[in-house]
Amino acid sequence: MARITYIEHNGAEHVVEVPTGVSLMEGALQNGIPGIDGDCGGNAACATCHVYVEGDWLARTGERSENESAMLDLADGLEDNSRLACQISASPELDGLVLRMPASQH
Amino acid sequence: MASQPIASEPAIRHTLSREEAPFQWPLPPRKRPALADYSRETLMAYLETAPLDEVDISDPLYWETNSHWPYFRRLRDEAPVHFNAVNAERHRGFWSVSRWADIMAVDTNHQVYSSDAYLGGITLFDMDSDFIMPMFIAMDPPKHDVQRKAVNPIVSGPNLASFEGLIRTRTQEVLDGLPRGEVFDWVDRVSIELTSRMLATLFDWPQEHRRKLTYWSDVSTSDPEVPGNPQKEERQGILLGMLQEFTQLWNERVNSEPKTDLVSMLAHNPATRNMPPMEFMGNLVLLIVGGNDTTRNSISGGVYFLNKNPQEYAKLRADHGLVDSMVSEIIRYQTPLAHMRRTAIEDTILGGKHIAKGDKVVMWYHSGNRDERAIDNPDAFIIDRPRARQHMSFGFGIHRCVGNRLAELQLKILWEEILKRFDNIEVVAEPERVPSAFVRGYKSLMVRIPA
Ligand code: HEM
Ligand code: FES
Repeated sequence: MARITYIEHNGAEHVVEVPTGVSLMEGALQNGIPGIDGDCGGNAACATCHVYVEGDWLARTGERSENESAMLDLADGLEDNSRLACQISASPELDGLVLRMPASQH
Repeated sequence: MASQPIASEPAIRHTLSREEAPFQWPLPPRKRPALADYSRETLMAYLETAPLDEVDISDPLYWETNSHWPYFRRLRDEAPVHFNAVNAERHRGFWSVSRWADIMAVDTNHQVYSSDAYLGGITLFDMDSDFIMPMFIAMDPPKHDVQRKAVNPIVSGPNLASFEGLIRTRTQEVLDGLPRGEVFDWVDRVSIELTSRMLATLFDWPQEHRRKLTYWSDVSTSDPEVPGNPQKEERQGILLGMLQEFTQLWNERVNSEPKTDLVSMLAHNPATRNMPPMEFMGNLVLLIVGGNDTTRNSISGGVYFLNKNPQEYAKLRADHGLVDSMVSEIIRYQTPLAHMRRTAIEDTILGGKHIAKGDKVVMWYHSGNRDERAIDNPDAFIIDRPRARQHMSFGFGIHRCVGNRLAELQLKILWEEILKRFDNIEVVAEPERVPSAFVRGYKSLMVRIPA
């Protein structure tokens, strides 16, 4: 279980608990958080779950895979702390993690 | 079109190489099953029981009659990665991939499955090898990536928001001009009208000549073998004419300040400003077809599906808030592009089958969208489907449709405006369909709006 803070581009904050092993994309969909669509169902294949991982949390979310990097490279608003939320699994180590969303994704 | 009954097939198990099957035109005659007639009913009955190895599903007949469904259901159940050798002298033979998970595996593996135009490109039938039009949908990284990025800003968030008002006013105009109590063709009066105006805007093309864009779009995907369509040379000539007209625009815009239309963007971006003419043409065709046929056929499809599913139409009337999820469901159910094709550039395994270097691999999106392993009750049209966005119609991976949000926006505005005006749009006859295993669409859809 991890408490995750999702911050929409307009600043709206949603704090939810995501069960261990569930992706942070799923966590957003299951809680009806806008701004994360998850069109490919979590295959790092659509980039509609693009998020920015705040601060020191980034290092704890692991490395981008080759496909994740390829998708992010084509996404709007790529930053160093960009990740695909479907490629990060909730775990106790991520308790407290904060994500921000880009202005748009497609 | 010449056709012969199907005889026994040579036992090829992989795509023939260009040496084995050199490009020739006209293509050798197509073999067809010997059936009493080629009506939808007869073809569907045939596809229910025909040996899978006997069917060439690339035959436009199955698409014009919309009779292909039993074949794909059987492929998904019995042979999810299946090699088709029938009529290989025409298309060199291809693998059909019909399940959601296998399609996803191919679409996300651009390292093995290439889109390269020079290997044949992204449709089941190879690009004419004497008329290769490179375009970024038919390129691999790194060139694909830089060209895609050059185009991306026009269809990304902030720019879309700026189109919204314009799209709405136009939609209102077109809908307000429709007759009441009179039968008319929805495809021509609404679907083509709206998409051609949008295209003209994207290119900053003179609105009064917008139907030229529609014409070029139709010509570029038209099958020269279908009677009535332009022949191969004629088709190439028409496209070269398009190139000429756009080159004029390019020349004007390359010498003036950068603007936000597609031609100006291509002319000023370092990644695209030195494109050779055929590549400029290729990318024009990509943007014209990409933004046109697909959205057009989703606009028509929605009206048709609601008529076939009156309980869904009733739900929509009762709750206009369902437009968002309905738009995704329309796009899933229509699957405007039935397939994308790749070429394997090394030996690999897919669904337990050995795919050889050089093999054509066809991802049947419309079948993936009906795969019960991935989608609940997939044959039903349900406008408030949970997770309606999870469909394959826009593809996945690095080539995933760049215009998806624009298409969704156009459809969303259209349905919002329809609901404000018309309580009903009645389909009065079965639509006439496009004979193509690539573009799933409608030539006409006759409707009436009650007076
Ligand atoms: C409902 C409407 C649409 C559908 C169903 C659709 C479908 C598709 C599909 C299946 C692909 C290939 C995906 C893959 O290979 O994985 C694609 C790519 C593309 N589409 Fe769309 N499309 C639509 C609307 C549009 C619009 C409105 C535009 C342009 C304004 C557009 C422009 C493109 C472009 C440029 C590509 C190539 C992307 C690349 O190779 O990176 N499409 N589309
Ligand atoms: S859900 Fe598609 S990339 Fe994450």
